[in-house]
Amino acid sequence: MKYALYPGCAAKGATPELFQSTMAIIGRLGIEVTELTASSCCGAGVVGEADPEGALALSARTFAQAEGLGLDIMTICGTCQGVMGGANRRLKSDPALLARVNRLLAPEGLVYSGMVQVKHLLWIVVREVGMERLKDEVQITLGDLHIAPFYGCYILRPSWDVGFDDPEHPTSMETLIRAVGAEPVEYAGKVKCCGFPIILEKENIALTMNGTNLKEAKDAGADMMVTPCPLCHMSLDIYQERAGRTVNARLELPVLHLPQMLGLAMGVPPEQLGMQRHLVSVEPVIEAVEARKTMKKAGRP
Amino acid sequence: MRLPFIITKYNPELEHAAHQETYRLAVSRGMTVLDALIRIKNELDGRVTFRYSCRSAICGSCAMTINGSEKLACRTSIRKEWERHGKIDIAPLRHLPILKDLAVDMAGFWSKTRAVTPWLGGDSSSDHGLPVMPDAYQFHNVDACIMCGACVAACTSHEADQGFLGPAALAKAYRFIADPRESRAAKTARLAVLERPTGIWDCTRCNFCVQVCPKDVQPMEAIIRLRRAAIEAGFTQTGGARHVLGFKQLVARFGRLNEAIMPLKVVGLHLTRLAQIMPLGIRMLLKGKVPNPLHPPIQGVEHVRRILTRPTRGGPV
Repeated sequence: MKYALYPGCAAKGATPELFQSTMAIIGRLGIEVTELTASSCCGAGVVGEADPEGALALSARTFAQAEGLGLDIMTICGTCQGVMGGANRRLKSDPALLARVNRLLAPEGLVYSGMVQVKHLLWIVVREVGMERLKDEVQITLGDLHIAPFYGCYILRPSWDVGFDDPEHPTSMETLIRAVGAEPVEYAGKVKCCGFPIILEKENIALTMNGTNLKEAKDAGADMMVTPCPLCHMSLDIYQERAGRTVNARLELPVLHLPQMLGLAMGVPPEQLGMQRHLVSVEPVIEAVEARKTMKKAGRP
Repeated sequence: MRLPFIITKYNPELEHAAHQETYRLAVSRGMTVLDALIRIKNELDGRVTFRYSCRSAICGSCAMTINGSEKLACRTSIRKEWERHGKIDIAPLRHLPILKDLAVDMAGFWSKTRAVTPWLGGDSSSDHGLPVMPDAYQFHNVDACIMCGACVAACTSHEADQGFLGPAALAKAYRFIADPRESRAAKTARLAVLERPTGIWDCTRCNFCVQVCPKDVQPMEAIIRLRRAAIEAGFTQTGGARHVLGFKQLVARFGRLNEAIMPLKVVGLHLTRLAQIMPLGIRMLLKGKVPNPLHPPIQGVEHVRRILTRPTRGGPV
């Protein structure tokens, strides 16, 4: 299966380990990609606050680039997925809007005809790669680890724009956590907000949200957290110490990007997954993986 | 079929904490959660307290937390809930004071609605009265709101800070910003209040209100329109407004967001705040997480810039 990879800003900026770990695993899962190197920011819902039609045009420009390659788009960011999925639905369902937006693309010689699908890596692995293929690639089961999924907002809501998981009862992340042999942790915060969109201007509110979710996961027995959204990752990892102070808790909960978790289970060395780039120490996770490796070599289950 | 109904019960006058009780009830085809609650009250436990009136999703009285999500009991099918969740778990709306069992105190909700001045401002006392409403005017579906409180209970920002005006009151405020009969001066006065802390910029855009609203009001979309109206009215000095404008500027300049510059756009020259952010920036730098601020723009950035800097018509859309 081949996709046009839409990297988004974070994977090319403050979370380069997301891009690195994605590239380290997709080949093993049979996913080929052509990177959309000339794609812009999706607007992240922020550009649309000031300029809704301009924001739609940014997405349409990316869709037109993928259409030119004859490929559907793979996103690796929950926020990009939500924003671009919503934009695509609107453009496909409103011919007059599509025509207006296409007029904005015309000077670049681009046109979007509405033929592209936008899918997150998470969905592609669950639905298209499939659990059998994934389990074939798993070399080290993460059996000792209790992993808390953190979905983030835009990959779930509004469900009519997203249309993969049930927003009240999502299962895709749990499916992958089980596929790598680990135990998913159940907690209410897994579908809530990480606070990132307002973290610079309303830090206290954002850190209360962030810290509450992290603490809930930790209290429910999580050894680590995994997220399909790099903006959630920035909030949960970079701001974790401050979030802990806000909710009076020592958190120290490693937070991994989805492809990092898959990569560890596939036996990819941690440094090739950019694990050294986290602010919260991921040593306990790496140690657990190393211990499993040693056990496997010694022939124990 | 007999099903167990797990109901959260709490009488603050007698108990220290809420507890759950399970009632078993034979259910028939087409029954709603409200039908079941009424039967539980009539047949099994007359003390179970909940609020309802119209039974038709019009009055907005019976919003509660059903299997973890905010719903109107009167239009929630037991069969669908059972199929989706394998249980029927009924609790009061979250983050609102509990009066008893499933009935919450809506006084705070109503005072926030009053706080947004939910009536037309301006010169309505003049002899001419209000201009006639244009025929096909839409308030982006805010008129459909039945004030059930589901959006407020689901709001993640309200969960973190219950001072937040919340999605229902802000959606109501948008109805007046969109009303062509209210004068520009009255709208500006309205926006000056709404841009303050606990107002429009406290929303984190989590989409919960949009998802749970039983009437498709899309309160978050109304909040976004209020933000746009505030920026267009010149209220550009809040962190939130600086975030939106700075973000758009950076995308127009580089094609992508540059996270090394973004915090400076939001914080500006606020030195105390800069001093708070700096240590985090240094830790990120040491971990290779600060993008090069001089990173070259994407290919075709001139087209992105042309799109984002084209002249647009003003006013809320």
